[in-house]
Amino acid sequence: MTLPDLTAIELREAIATRRISSAEAVAETFAQIDRLEPTVGAFLSLFRDEAAARAGDVDRRIAAGEPVGALAGVPVAVKDVLCTTFGATTCGSRMLERFHSPYDATAIRRLLNADAVIVGKTNMDEFAMGSSTENSALGRTVNPWAPDRVPGGSSGGSAAAVAARLCPVALGSDTGGSIRQPASFCGVVGLKPTYGRVSRYGLIAYGSSLDQIGPFGRTVADVALLLSVIAGHDPADSTSVDENVAPIADYLDGLDEPVEGLRIGVAPAFNAGAEPSVRAALEAALDVYRSAGAQIVEIDMPHLDYAIAAYYVIATAEASSNLSRYDGVHYGYRTPDPADYVEVYTKSREEAFGQEVKRRIMLGTYALSSGYYDAYYLKALKVRNLIRGDFVRAFEKCDAIVMPVAPTTAFKIGEKVDDPLKMYLGDIYTISANLAGIPGISVPCGLDENSLPIGLQVLTPAFSEAKLLRIARMYEAATDWHTKKPAMVQ
Amino acid sequence: MSDISYEVIVGLEIHVQLCTKTKMFCSCELSFGQEANARVCPVCLGMPGSLPVMNGQAVEYAMLAAMALNCTVAPFTKWDRKSYYYPDLPKNYQISQYDLPIGSHGYIEILLDDGQTKRIRILRAHLEEDAGKNLHTAGNFSQVDLNRAGTPLLEIVTEPDMNSPSQVRALAVELQRIMRYLGVSEGDMQKGHMRFEPNINLAITRPDGQFRTPIVEVKNLNSFRALERSVAYEVQRQLDDFLETGVTLQMGNKSTRGWNDQDEVTVLQREKEEAHDYRYFPDPDLVPVTTTPPWLDEIRSRLCELPLARQTRYVTQYGLSDYDAGVLTAERPTADFFERALAAGGEPKRVCNLLTQVGLKLAKDRGGDLSSLDLEPVAVADLAKMVDAGTVSATAANTILESMVATGKAPAALAQELNLIQTSDAGELEGIVDQVLAENVQAVQDVVTESKKSKKARGFLLGQVIQKTKGQANPKVVSEILERKLK
Amino acid sequence: MSQRIDAEQVRKVAKLARLQLTDSEIDEFTGQLGAILGYVEKMNELDTDGVEPLAHCLPIGNVFREDEIKPSLGTDRILANAPERDGSFFKVPKILDDNSAA
Ligand SMILES: [Mg+2]
Ligand SMILES: [Zn+2]
Repeated sequence: MTLPDLTAIELREAIATRRISSAEAVAETFAQIDRLEPTVGAFLSLFRDEAAARAGDVDRRIAAGEPVGALAGVPVAVKDVLCTTFGATTCGSRMLERFHSPYDATAIRRLLNADAVIVGKTNMDEFAMGSSTENSALGRTVNPWAPDRVPGGSSGGSAAAVAARLCPVALGSDTGGSIRQPASFCGVVGLKPTYGRVSRYGLIAYGSSLDQIGPFGRTVADVALLLSVIAGHDPADSTSVDENVAPIADYLDGLDEPVEGLRIGVAPAFNAGAEPSVRAALEAALDVYRSAGAQIVEIDMPHLDYAIAAYYVIATAEASSNLSRYDGVHYGYRTPDPADYVEVYTKSREEAFGQEVKRRIMLGTYALSSGYYDAYYLKALKVRNLIRGDFVRAFEKCDAIVMPVAPTTAFKIGEKVDDPLKMYLGDIYTISANLAGIPGISVPCGLDENSLPIGLQVLTPAFSEAKLLRIARMYEAATDWHTKKPAMVQ
Repeated sequence: MSDISYEVIVGLEIHVQLCTKTKMFCSCELSFGQEANARVCPVCLGMPGSLPVMNGQAVEYAMLAAMALNCTVAPFTKWDRKSYYYPDLPKNYQISQYDLPIGSHGYIEILLDDGQTKRIRILRAHLEEDAGKNLHTAGNFSQVDLNRAGTPLLEIVTEPDMNSPSQVRALAVELQRIMRYLGVSEGDMQKGHMRFEPNINLAITRPDGQFRTPIVEVKNLNSFRALERSVAYEVQRQLDDFLETGVTLQMGNKSTRGWNDQDEVTVLQREKEEAHDYRYFPDPDLVPVTTTPPWLDEIRSRLCELPLARQTRYVTQYGLSDYDAGVLTAERPTADFFERALAAGGEPKRVCNLLTQVGLKLAKDRGGDLSSLDLEPVAVADLAKMVDAGTVSATAANTILESMVATGKAPAALAQELNLIQTSDAGELEGIVDQVLAENVQAVQDVVTESKKSKKARGFLLGQVIQKTKGQANPKVVSEILERKLK
Repeated sequence: MSQRIDAEQVRKVAKLARLQLTDSEIDEFTGQLGAILGYVEKMNELDTDGVEPLAHCLPIGNVFREDEIKPSLGTDRILANAPERDGSFFKVPKILDDNSAA
């Protein structure tokens, strides 16, 4: 096994016991990046010197017997939606191409406090709006399993980086599936925590009531490790939940213990919309759970069919407001020759935002504008409540719900760019977890006829990540899909 | 002209800056007069990824103010975003409260010129963050300073219940007094702590019908005087305009005018109210506020007797004049000081005179209020008692009070030291009176014959006695002796 | 409300959103937004009378901060990303109207 194949847990163990140094691990990481990044295009920026310096520092502290953090010396990549005081924070947009944040996101601070080595910032759909990473204004990322296909999105760079073994773990963000769907497309594990579990401070907002930061890894355990580092209350985020309400745990603790008397809920009618290969993989996964002693119960989720409609109103409404701050006045891009101050707004925004961002700003502005608010925005909030109700009722009958992550595997680059609605409809299985605020995970569960990865999605009630991870681990322990590698890293 | 009558209709929109230490949603210190953009952080600059967190103190101040304004405090309230683009508004939305203001449906009582009180209804009072400032004085461009951005404001909207410029002023003064009493705002209009925007129009009655003039909102008012004058100006201008053009109130013809303080005129700023589309929606970055009964009780316990109630009580309970009661209750520290002196046994009118004639002047000279002087209410009560007992004269008491503030010494000691103790010893004074009577035969004659000069002569003789004792004779005792001897 | 959004409405929304769209974008968005809104109207199949709007899934409220001063960033760091500055100020083309609305 070569170094890029090591998981974060194996790597931190090796570094802590000085079998390898963090400096070597980081050097190997950049060697791998040098080999594959020209093809993959996962990163928007790399921090070679800073990473080497940090790794050296961790090695020195370990050698001196000083205490070090839970990710000591481990290379980590972060989506460029997170504010960092080092490098630019672009959000994949021309608008912020030269933006340098004066502060670090709380999740970044927590990584650094855990002595992680941040190697670079990954590509993404502009302002996290998209499902393919094709909407990035600043780079093009391909799926390591098939370079003519998308890595998924919007956290496509992070998913591709982990799949291509450019680093063992990464952070992404998930507003409507932006961690789980690229994890599925790239054959890695991706977790969207419960809304409120991880501080959003320093996460550039898309849909504020839906956004969550979460980890990517190649194993459930690595994802659990990263979650343990980034989870927890943050006084800087009013929507981050107090530990009295939702105690956080060391998610590695008891991870390998199967859940006794596990009841898995399935909504067959809802899942019928997925491609045959995806449905077959799901059926096989259910058999794995049955073999592990779980009971499969059928549940009725009558409102999930309306999730996309509600989501694209709520998320775009919030986005239209969140993105109004990008106006060319205080930071970010400004049009070179404005005729007056109003043109500073209108032309800067016109020139620096991509089509998908403009489209969503338009949609959200319309949904909030006078005369349309009740019919669209308010209606969507009510539908959101019905969707949450579906989950509340379902979780009375089961511990976890299992469904596909996406109706298809990774599609071809350019295949859906001209039809935004078609692109949106691909989010059918991921969106409802964001609307209901519950955690969801994607774990590799098969390969389709084109040898493209398929993801299995597991959902559990709010703030039950410990259980969610154990249920995902039960599946992983019984299968070897997570050990499959894309051809480029064989 | 005699067949036309009109009623003035004014409602006020008021922004009150709360005197918290920090801004509404971030920990930047509130700013006045700092270098531009010195008190700005990622949150109040609306930087990508930054998030607001409520200042609990601002919420409690707003609750307290809402209670004092007799408002219903919302059991459940939340934050909404109000969208509009302007360079002083960094996020291009303002965090405000839309459909669930923290306070609603209250009233303020004001004192009218005729001594009657009037209730001005309050529609709502909500919390919001202030914008920064655009400056246009530098050249052919504008400058933006965000120091003020994020300052907590309580926006109070009254019903159009004021019917004269003086009522508008009275409301403004009363509101300022209430906010200062509660300690929720410094209420300094010059510093923009209170911004009043009147909405003015007229209801005109003529033989041919009833008419309403278009509503005008007036901005840029930096003093109570400007507020009152601007309303008076608008009344006349709207009347003239109506007589000339006949234009009446319609949808969309509300205009905004700015007050020019030099020329004392209003100047048209915006012809028509633009069809604003603020796209209010709940701010997803903030969680709601539930005001539980125990919390409400706790806040209610911080309420004090409000200024107007105090003022009326001083008249009825202590027999003070409306004027004196108004002076004593204008600022809470004065009224509190006054009441502590009464509690220590001072006679109300006597204490009132000492405070209004000397105390407040000394405080003002030192740029503070009574509580900032080195002066104890008990000592003022002692001094008042000395006057009542005839130990010192009222004039001497004023001198003693000045010295008390200057030296911190007790009134009795100062009376001694300054030789201001009155002689009330009848025996000692009789001799002096006899001497004066002997020396002023003509005056005695005037008194005894009860001539026209009688009253004047009495005063003269009294003065002579006081002068002979170098001011230390108790005038009351001397009068009694004179009275007896001149019978 | 199933009538499709027309170009005039798209222009109005673009103005509200401060986007100076080109004519071809207006055309493109009119079609695309029409299709998306047509799909979104699927929500009307659901009877939502009596359903509370759910803006947030969180089980929390009354999250307050102590009124304690923390240092601000300082003028230079605040202005470091400014497209244009004038001394300690952000600089913009002359503002001639007064559209403030606090
Ligand atoms: Mg306001
Ligand atoms: Zn601030």
